[in-house]
Amino acid sequence: MSASRASRFNQRSLAPVLFLAPAVLFFMFYVIFPIFQSIQISLYDWDGLGAKTYVGIDNYVELMDDEAFYTSLKNNVIWLVLYMLAIPAGLFIALFLNQTVFGMRLYKSLFFFPFVISQVVVGLVFTWFYDPSYGLLNVILGWFSLGPVAILGDETWVTYGIIFAGLWPQTAYCMILYITGLNAVDPEQIEAGRLDNAKGWNMLRYIILPQLKPATFIAIVVTVIGALRSFDLVSIMTAGGPWGSSRVLAYYMYEKAFSEYGFRMGYGAAIAVVLFLIMMIYITVFLVKMYRDEKGH
Amino acid sequence: MFPTPIERRSAAVQRLYKTALPFAMVLWLLPLIAVALTSVRSAGDITAGNYWGWPTSFNLVENYSDIFTNTPLGSYMWNSVRVTVPTVIGTLALSCMSGFALAVYKFKGNMLVFFMFVAGNFVPFQILMVPVRDLTLQMGIYNTVTGLALFHIAFQTGFCTLFMRNFIRALPVELIEAARVEGVKEWRIFWFIILPLMRPAIAALAVLVFTFIWNDYFWATVLTQGAESQPVTAGLYSLNGQWVAAWHLVSAGSIVAALPPVAIFFLLQKHFIAGLPLGAVK
Repeated sequence: MSASRASRFNQRSLAPVLFLAPAVLFFMFYVIFPIFQSIQISLYDWDGLGAKTYVGIDNYVELMDDEAFYTSLKNNVIWLVLYMLAIPAGLFIALFLNQTVFGMRLYKSLFFFPFVISQVVVGLVFTWFYDPSYGLLNVILGWFSLGPVAILGDETWVTYGIIFAGLWPQTAYCMILYITGLNAVDPEQIEAGRLDNAKGWNMLRYIILPQLKPATFIAIVVTVIGALRSFDLVSIMTAGGPWGSSRVLAYYMYEKAFSEYGFRMGYGAAIAVVLFLIMMIYITVFLVKMYRDEKGH
Repeated sequence: MFPTPIERRSAAVQRLYKTALPFAMVLWLLPLIAVALTSVRSAGDITAGNYWGWPTSFNLVENYSDIFTNTPLGSYMWNSVRVTVPTVIGTLALSCMSGFALAVYKFKGNMLVFFMFVAGNFVPFQILMVPVRDLTLQMGIYNTVTGLALFHIAFQTGFCTLFMRNFIRALPVELIEAARVEGVKEWRIFWFIILPLMRPAIAALAVLVFTFIWNDYFWATVLTQGAESQPVTAGLYSLNGQWVAAWHLVSAGSIVAALPPVAIFFLLQKHFIAGLPLGAVK
């Protein structure tokens, strides 16, 4: 009896270890350790093949004087701020589609479409949309005898043009989060609100939005991450140009590490560390909230 | 329901809504409609600048067979399949087990391991780029679909563990307790009791991971090069460089590349939509 109890006890303390081991080892190997390796590499001068030379914080010192770094950082801030527009836009479309007319399910799926397709395709489509000679944008501007403007060739407009393209799938993402959120809203509270004569904006503000808080929280998290991960569209639409004016940190890092003038892995890693630290702020906020939710459980 | 159901509004409002709906949809999908139309245009239309008018001829078969016969698009597509399918299977296998362990067992460091997965899932790819590329080179699997798939499995495991753990936590605990009283072994509890109940979560994650991996562009450019191993996202980008201003071919290629995730999404849209919000919180 006691022997079997001991074996049960052993089994129950051993089981989680065995179930966790493959995932944890794999994740450590490919995700957790590389973070620390990157931090270490950022203290070296390394072309990716030969010997590494320790240079201390030289890469970071160089970064402080690098104009391209500040351009990228500034563009990251613009991305972060403007990308947030996807949240109200997604809410707006979700409210528009939250009806039960015939064929609504198909409409919802079609509105979600931009999120399912690759950013490479989104990038190609919008490059073409902005094309100064034949692009639809300039055709439309032509109707009002405006233009032509080469959005992607203009240092002032290029970042906004790329962000606009990015907002298309991101809005679709936020929309779907809100559609599922709206389904979970308590109908009794809405009826109670209606009896109290709450309508339109007041109803949204005081009854609906508080109940949509979980959806809004996820929408903010995925949008912030999307904005900081903005690599694909920049790479496809402009490759950072013209003259580096549309670079973001994620792209600049890649460019430096795999530059045609020689690989600078250490310098690239230093840029990545800065990006990582910015992201850490959000990760920490997320974890703290999650920890509180778990404790309150 | 909010906003007020349209059936309760006046007939005029209802009519307005039903007209606005298709109109809004066309506007929203305008870029895609344009791509679809362009993918059947002739080269003549493209040189004449007829991008937005009605096509002078419909070259559906010509354009689509052209991209498959004269470019390696077919092998790019096959590479994408060879990366995506093993990633979906591998990720699900790992995260079903880790999610189960984190949801069912109380042990020291449970929360810590869980938070490691969550935090790792959010890091910018660039902080991993240099070491992961180096690791892949050293293992001799740089520029192979295996190298790409292995990394994807590891990275997606973070997100999927979070998802699975929250899903299992919402299942009734009594089931497990009852089985333990009966003396059922732990791995049998996992295999015969929990796993069958996880079917909806597995379906949702399969669709999500398929879409994420199929559409991945960054890791494809970092870990592969050339038509023998590059997936279609990176392939499309290099083809775009070769097809200067051949927009009808670029468009046809884009449509082909977008098709598999779109098809999967439509086939399993219920799971897909159910999966998204479950992912981050419960």
